[in-house]
Amino acid sequence: MDSASSEIAAYTPLRSTVDTGLKIVIVGGFGVGKTTMVSSVSEIRPLSTEETMTRAGIGIDDAGGVQDKATTTVAFDFGRITLNDRMVLYLFGAPGQQRFWFLWDRLFAGSLGAVVLVDTRRLTESWYAIDRLEHHKMPFIVVRNNFEGAPVHPLEHVRDALDLSDDVPLIDCDARRRDSCKGALITLVDHLYAMSAAREKTP
Amino acid sequence: MSPRPLDHEDPDRLYTVTGGRSRADENSLDLVTLIVSECDAAQGMQSEYVRIIEMCGRPMAVAEISAALRLPVGIVKILLCDLLDAGQVTARNPASAPAQLPDPKTLKQVLVGLRKL
Repeated sequence: MDSASSEIAAYTPLRSTVDTGLKIVIVGGFGVGKTTMVSSVSEIRPLSTEETMTRAGIGIDDAGGVQDKATTTVAFDFGRITLNDRMVLYLFGAPGQQRFWFLWDRLFAGSLGAVVLVDTRRLTESWYAIDRLEHHKMPFIVVRNNFEGAPVHPLEHVRDALDLSDDVPLIDCDARRRDSCKGALITLVDHLYAMSAAREKTP
Repeated sequence: MSPRPLDHEDPDRLYTVTGGRSRADENSLDLVTLIVSECDAAQGMQSEYVRIIEMCGRPMAVAEISAALRLPVGIVKILLCDLLDAGQVTARNPASAPAQLPDPKTLKQVLVGLRKL
């Protein structure tokens, strides 16, 4: 409880003029650096919250079975960037595991886009996340987190391994560095802007 | 990862704070919908309502309220719907239509803001 009250004490309120909340989701497996990335660019110390869903709601519960109150809980961290007097951007770190995707529509529908953070030692963990983002028609970029020194493989190997199409931006990043994370977010929003502008041109 | 508060949470409390209801009108509230108080907390109000009204003197996102109260997002949405119905708080930026790319103008403003970081 002490940490809860200190979290509130340390909380910096938004400007009173802010009227538009936006969100970007950083998706990745456990330990890939999602919270590190959020911390690097957030103007507040990352906060943590959670959402729960009953198994019945997920649709994998045996309806005829024992009526226990089993729930799936997904915890996620987030940070905040005030963009201007009116707009604030929230960055959510989302775990990539399967149970999380049941909550995607409830939590992250309406996001601007997603950053898929990958660790080249465990690339296969990203396949599922990329597949789900495509399924949800959520635009995304892929970012390799090089937190342990220089990368061993060229980025194109990552593109091949993930079977990414050429129009999905793929970049390197060091999640501990603010400028590097800022660059990743700009790459994503540039990508979204190009998609959005192209769509406006088509009649 | 820090321990999840709900692991130690008494389910009865979650039931009690929402009066046993399990669904909010979720479409009206997004994780990043900004909530602003429109009144002062009154005596005799349930403590969760009081805390929300007190902390939303300046705009606060649904996700931030959930983190501050240490309650799941779905529970917080139920509480917020009550306060919205009573006119004690207002919501800015109701959820946009999902799966729709924002307009270039909005994205340009986001880019300008990010480059200033």
